Amino acid sequence: MSRSGWIGAIGLGLLVAMAVLAPVIKPGDPLDLVGRPVMPPFTDPRFPLGTDQLGRDVWAELLYGARVSLIVGIAAATGAIGIGIVVGTLAGFLGGRADSTLMRVTEAFQTVPTFLLALALLTALGSSTFNVVLAIAISSWAATSRLVRAEVLSLRQREYVDAARLAGLGPLRIAFREVLPGSLQPVIALVGVTVGAAILVESALAFLGLGDPNQISWGVMIANGRDAIRVAPSLVVIPGICLALAILSVSLIGDELATRLAPQRRRAP
Amino acid sequence: MSDPVESLAGPDMPAQDVPAQDVPALEITGLRVRFRSLDGRGPEVLAVDGIDLSVDRGRVLSLVGESGSGKSTVLLAIAGLLSGAAIIEGEVRLHGRPIMGLAERERAMARGRGIGMVFQDPGGSLNPVLSVGSQIDEVLGVHRDLHGRDARGVTEALLARVGVGDPKRRAQAFPHQLSGGLRQRAAIAAALAAGPEVILADEPTTALDATVQAQVLDLLVGLVSDEGVALVLVTHDLAVAAAVADRIAVLYAGRVVEERPAGELMDRPAHPYSSALRAAALPFSPRVAGDDARLPELPGRMAAAGGVGCAFAPRCPLATDHCRAVTPELTPYGGGRVACWRAGEIEA
Repeated sequence: MSRSGWIGAIGLGLLVAMAVLAPVIKPGDPLDLVGRPVMPPFTDPRFPLGTDQLGRDVWAELLYGARVSLIVGIAAATGAIGIGIVVGTLAGFLGGRADSTLMRVTEAFQTVPTFLLALALLTALGSSTFNVVLAIAISSWAATSRLVRAEVLSLRQREYVDAARLAGLGPLRIAFREVLPGSLQPVIALVGVTVGAAILVESALAFLGLGDPNQISWGVMIANGRDAIRVAPSLVVIPGICLALAILSVSLIGDELATRLAPQRRRAP
Repeated sequence: MSDPVESLAGPDMPAQDVPAQDVPALEITGLRVRFRSLDGRGPEVLAVDGIDLSVDRGRVLSLVGESGSGKSTVLLAIAGLLSGAAIIEGEVRLHGRPIMGLAERERAMARGRGIGMVFQDPGGSLNPVLSVGSQIDEVLGVHRDLHGRDARGVTEALLARVGVGDPKRRAQAFPHQLSGGLRQRAAIAAALAAGPEVILADEPTTALDATVQAQVLDLLVGLVSDEGVALVLVTHDLAVAAAVADRIAVLYAGRVVEERPAGELMDRPAHPYSSALRAAALPFSPRVAGDDARLPELPGRMAAAGGVGCAFAPRCPLATDHCRAVTPELTPYGGGRVACWRAGEIEA
């Protein structure tokens, strides 16, 4: 494994550990007021990262914020990749008019910036964690679908598809069982980017106050800390660094997967 | 050997599928294949120009001819694997049952049940991301309603039947873990899974090592004599055809120019083209022929299908003005048919 791969793995491991162990390390509600407001970091052992303007523990907020980032990031990316796989497989395998129609729809989604589309959807749907996931998934599946379509287009010409067709297998079965699995390798390379982008979009939505209001998230922390940036810059800097490291880790892992899978790519026909 | 053979037939065969002895397993009549140009505006291209052929159970028919003769197109047309650009006319009967008139889904099922196909490249006809066994299981599920353990049992019997040792373990292997010969055997097992009456083989040994070629041919011939399937073997190698086929059909420019029992055709080819093919296939020994001798070859290249007169005339040493003006039809000759105005004059 390359050095950047290790860095990514360690970063992702820390993120997962924070999310999973949050209730063990800091039981109770992270939104409780527990101390004096605006304590700087490293001054009180009870609050290693200090407190915010309302006297909430920044370390506890950070731990619980990791859960939101991780869950929303992975769930939204899974949803986006799932939609992309289905659309791309159908378009590539069916061809003709179905292909043209699905690809025009894909392009429509691609031309609207991901963040603006997610923003619009969330405004219409209302704020909840599920809706955040849904909005991000719906606005970021287009790249996957184009990638899968391109792979399926090249695979459907193979003789084993002919063999399956002659054997009397139905077209959907051929598309999803015979052709789809072979087209997934490049999609794996896209997972890291998609998860990273989803985490970033989630934070941005939370920053704008469109996240779930009952849950602390890194985006919310940055938004809250913004008012006190002159007196307590750490309130913005700490979650900001975490966010950057999380996205970096996920991207590095994605790169590692991509390079590891590259040599095993099928021979060209 | 009797056990796997039993399981090949399967207990669930409907009564009407029990083959009648007097009907050919596969019969094609008046098969014509034209291809539309890609943009739909250019001229159509004629690839197969009216072909009648039939194969009985337990027999081997070999289609031979050089590239562009239409032999593979005939096979793909029978199998229903030509693209949407192909316009197919004529009738294909499986055991006397016409299949061209059926609705698309029924036709696909009839073909899947009645026809197994073996492709040139065994690496290409097996899915690289599915295990060999699961690909055979799948066919069993569609056509014989066998699933899970039942299917796997039959799959292992099929693999054993085609000479794959340790079938239990090999069924779990992925195609890239098997050698070329084993892959082709597995592909043949998959082609047999639905219990077909006809096997179409498109150059099944071309991609294999010379040592494995003979084994795979033996296997195919063994299936023909043991299971009573009919085999249509497409090859450009007349020596292979002569070794395994009961009858040989020589194709040229989309037509059958000679169709006769294999021994008869090899001994006394009636069509000048068959004769030229045979000359190119005979074992060539430079010591006998002299050091500066060249391999026998046939000058010129194949004409397009559907022209006026005999398509072979431009390359034919015996061609006359009559040959160039009027297309010869297939007429009875010896134990078969030949399409040549000067049939038999070339006694090589």
